[in-house]
Amino acid sequence: MSVEARERRQPWILLSPALTAITLLLFIPLVFIAVYSFWLRTATGADQVGFFLDNWQEALTDRFYRDILLYTLKIAAITTILCAVMGYPAAYFIARSKGNKAILLLLLMLPFWISYIIRTMSWINILGVSGALNTFLLWIGIIDEPLQMLYNQATVVLGLIHFLLPFMVLNVFVSLDGIDETLEDAANSLGATRWQAFLQVTLPLSLPGLAAGGLLCFVLGAGTYITPLVLGGPSDAMFANLVFEAIITQLNWPLGSALSLMLLVVLGLLVMVYNRYLGMAQLMKGLG
Amino acid sequence: MTKMDNTTRYERLRERYMNGDLSRRRFLGLLGAAGAAYGLVTPYRALAQEVTEVRFDGWGGVVSEALRKYAFDPFEKETGMKVVDGTFGGSDEFLSRLKASQPGEFNIAHLSGVFDYARYADLGYASELNRDNIPNLELAIPKLVDVLAQYTDGKLSAVPYDYGTTGIAYNRAHISDEEAKEKGANLLIDDAYKGKIGGWAEWRTRVWMAALQTGQDPNDIQDMDAIWDAVRQHRDLALKYWTSGAELMSLLAEEEIYVTEAWSGRVYALQEQGHDIGYMDPKNGYGWQECMFVIKGSPMEACEELLNFMLSPETSIAVAEGQSYPPALDPQKVDLGDKIPELPAFDPTGTLDNLTFADPAYWNGHEADWSKTFGRVQKGY
Repeated sequence: MSVEARERRQPWILLSPALTAITLLLFIPLVFIAVYSFWLRTATGADQVGFFLDNWQEALTDRFYRDILLYTLKIAAITTILCAVMGYPAAYFIARSKGNKAILLLLLMLPFWISYIIRTMSWINILGVSGALNTFLLWIGIIDEPLQMLYNQATVVLGLIHFLLPFMVLNVFVSLDGIDETLEDAANSLGATRWQAFLQVTLPLSLPGLAAGGLLCFVLGAGTYITPLVLGGPSDAMFANLVFEAIITQLNWPLGSALSLMLLVVLGLLVMVYNRYLGMAQLMKGLG
Repeated sequence: MTKMDNTTRYERLRERYMNGDLSRRRFLGLLGAAGAAYGLVTPYRALAQEVTEVRFDGWGGVVSEALRKYAFDPFEKETGMKVVDGTFGGSDEFLSRLKASQPGEFNIAHLSGVFDYARYADLGYASELNRDNIPNLELAIPKLVDVLAQYTDGKLSAVPYDYGTTGIAYNRAHISDEEAKEKGANLLIDDAYKGKIGGWAEWRTRVWMAALQTGQDPNDIQDMDAIWDAVRQHRDLALKYWTSGAELMSLLAEEEIYVTEAWSGRVYALQEQGHDIGYMDPKNGYGWQECMFVIKGSPMEACEELLNFMLSPETSIAVAEGQSYPPALDPQKVDLGDKIPELPAFDPTGTLDNLTFADPAYWNGHEADWSKTFGRVQKGY
């Protein structure tokens, strides 16, 4: 075999474990889901094999699904904006800190060591009627009766921020860390104030990181079902909860498949738009 | 000829490789092939081998704890067989897992009501128990056995194990016994408790409670519009739909909610923990029985042995006391001790005539439609 041929083959050999895993664990299951979405659920709960467009017609034309999808995108957008507002200063602080950057990054990673479900449920012990916050407020006499803080839209957003904030901070940090600090000094020496230097130099250069963090937060937030289930009230369900219900509660796998593909397509389009204008390289850096 | 075990086989192969008799590629290829062959053959070998393990799935929380402590641990000690226990939040959820499983992966499930038995049987999961291997079945309340056997043409795929009710649980610090008795299921749609009301996120229970609230027979509902209006009314007043017994107990114990419908045994467990929670069964309250359903493809003799052990008076009574639901044992045939007659829903006659059970044909016939509609109503529609 010639050297050229070997060099051409080498990347594929190195990639083959990952490609095999992606094919077996992602691509083939996706094909199954796509096929399932054209089947029908019978009254007894059994599936009727065939090619039916009923599930897609229902998923695409029923206002119920459209409204919940829009609500899901709204919650994901609110969460993403709040993560950006809270995450940027934290990332800036870490990137500009001199001696303790490693410790701060370690602290940032700490939440990942605890299960997401446990982290979500911890808010019940903090915000519950007999939770830490109410107990403290009652103890210092600010309130006479416990406040009802749980099981509403605000606690869903709070739970999502708790889950997603580290992703935003990491992405912005990677971006800020790669910016030459002397650029700000140069701007200052040319007469810009520190705020102007930040607005006109640092912020534009860190936007790819902010966008990558935003994309991750948005996609992960829009696909969650644990947070609304644990921290939401009766009307705080998100789109993934509909998928869960269709598949688990109603045993309607065909409709659940159509709904999950619908969410996948919507979020996929968003990723494509991101990739078109900003490229995936920044996202990879943040994840790495 | 002596059989060679896998370790010896690997060591010989490695020796040949180290001696240079095998190329690295050939060595790795043989290892990979052996791994693949082992993976393919193992499931079938498991079917042919002696049964050493039975999988059980139940409701979690105090129920699972009681079963583990009083049934599975002693059974394992006595027989050497292992019981692997898993949990689920509801029989719908478990059905979904079952649908995605291989035959024999799940063996026994703790299902509710006759409607679950009927539903699982309709979907082809019914097995056929050999009653001769379960002599303790003779001690069960005949009505509970017959209602199962009738659905599967005299054959049995499950044994009844316990029964209980879904009634109204309320915090006595905020709602008196008199008020609860007077209002019954309407407590769940009482404006005075807005934001302090809970409810199970399960369509059947929600529709049943709505039938009581609208004065209809739960097994023969005539006005479904009124039912959905009542479900919506409850939704708008509710703080939270709970999804498991553990969550129900937490919401009541932490005083997040003052009133909800609840499972009798869970409320009794809360009362035993010292919480001042009242419980009442309104007229036509929701009665149910639970059975141990053996899933088609399971090792039948091992499952029957476990079921017989679980139905023995000693085990059954201990589990019942632990999980706070009366056992399926007939009080006319077995002395159930002092504690069980105190449990909510207990019927000393063994006839269970005082409980209203869900008609399986009626409820399963509406399952697809009503569960879907509830899914929408639940989310604000």
